[in-house]
Amino acid sequence: MDFEFLASTFVTLVKAVPTTLALFGASVVLGAALAVVLVVMRTAGGPILSAFSRVYVFIFRGSPLLIQMFLIYYGLGQFAVIRDSFAWPVLREPYWCAVLALAFCTAGYQAEIIRGGLQAVPPREIEAARSVGMSGFLLVRRIIAPITLRAMLPAYSTEIILMVKSTALASLVTVWEVTGTAQRLISQTYRTMEVFLVATLIYLVINFIIVRLIALLEHRLSPHLRERPRISGEGRTVTSLETPHD
Amino acid sequence: MSWIDLIGFGPNGRGGLLLWATLMTLSVTAASLAIGAVFGAGVAAAKLSSSRVARVLGDAYTTILRGAPELLVIYLVYFGGSQAVSAVGRLFEYEGFLGLPSFLAGALAVGMISGAYQAEVYRGAFHAIAKGEIEAARSIGMGRVLRFRRIIIPQILRFSLPGLGNVWQLSLKDSALISVTGLAELMRTSQLAAGSTRQYFLFFIVGGILYLVLTTISGQLFAAAERRVAVSFSHGLGRS
Repeated sequence: MDFEFLASTFVTLVKAVPTTLALFGASVVLGAALAVVLVVMRTAGGPILSAFSRVYVFIFRGSPLLIQMFLIYYGLGQFAVIRDSFAWPVLREPYWCAVLALAFCTAGYQAEIIRGGLQAVPPREIEAARSVGMSGFLLVRRIIAPITLRAMLPAYSTEIILMVKSTALASLVTVWEVTGTAQRLISQTYRTMEVFLVATLIYLVINFIIVRLIALLEHRLSPHLRERPRISGEGRTVTSLETPHD
Repeated sequence: MSWIDLIGFGPNGRGGLLLWATLMTLSVTAASLAIGAVFGAGVAAAKLSSSRVARVLGDAYTTILRGAPELLVIYLVYFGGSQAVSAVGRLFEYEGFLGLPSFLAGALAVGMISGAYQAEVYRGAFHAIAKGEIEAARSIGMGRVLRFRRIIIPQILRFSLPGLGNVWQLSLKDSALISVTGLAELMRTSQLAAGSTRQYFLFFIVGGILYLVLTTISGQLFAAAERRVAVSFSHGLGRS
């Protein structure tokens, strides 16, 4: 193995990591905000808003992200109305088109995950809170939101990893993140395997750090669910918070 | 020319091409599911094996193929495969670039990714088999091979159906990325039609709708298959 080449590849690819992380961070935050809106529409929005939310989730989960990204990047620029509008300085930039597409797509998936977490809130807890006079935002903040957050974290971490990988598609609308840079290196050097291994290593490290961070958060949020240290470990059933992710 | 003509089946319409491309997407996804089944079965066997080396290799496979971006895997197979083919070509004194056929490269790449997910599905299905069934088979004297064929495989197939449905949907959407190899599947064909007519919005919407049709129909087929298989579980065949 040519370690000199591996090292220089690593240096080149690491320079693209901030772009990947910027795409990831912006789209996850935007997507989460949108997902919360979608869930509120679905659960408390009346028939029309609820139907809209359902159709949104169906469309964005049922079609490939790439076609959504091209629709925003190439499709919207075709209309003079949009080219003349206030949004054009944003939609003209490949970076923002990629962020928007990633955010719209993940919002559909995240909305379903949040809804799943919401269903894990026991009605008794809400009744108990109401009986002591909590209602409205206080009820959401103190009872519903914490339980939902805790229940949705395992599925959420899976979605977050998918998002790290999805940022690779931004290279197809000329944003030079890690995968795009790797592709350029491959076509310049024809050393496919080495470049692939270095790029994959970078993604695995990013994924690993994010998974650990979420596991840490989950651990901190559930001290009351942890088992006490076992003395004789046989014959006890372990209850798990893990919810199946679709 | 109105937009109906553009996506229709007339002389200037792209309707025929788009339908052909939809079939291409379907067949490349089916091929990748089949390739993935081979990879998945092998990797699941490695992960369940009693050999430490096999388990580590199996874990490495699923970690890498599920952690690396799909696009990167496609580049690896397409460029790497083409280099290998060219090297073989040079052995036979053919100087020049030989490309790996894009259908093969795409199906192989998506199949390798799908194999990593399928391995986890099969592993989960194996663990779902009641221990008592295997013990019962052993107690009446079934050998390893017979036990595998009569008890384990039929149940793994049934238990893994919901998981395979998810993998199929994932592969269907991953197959859009094969467009980078130039295969004329749905994504690539929409892109070419959009570029040559300058009607980007129209063709990406139409392409997206065709993908939605594919995911919806196949989702319903898998749901029907699951209902059918559920019948065999409802009679309480000695399971509690």
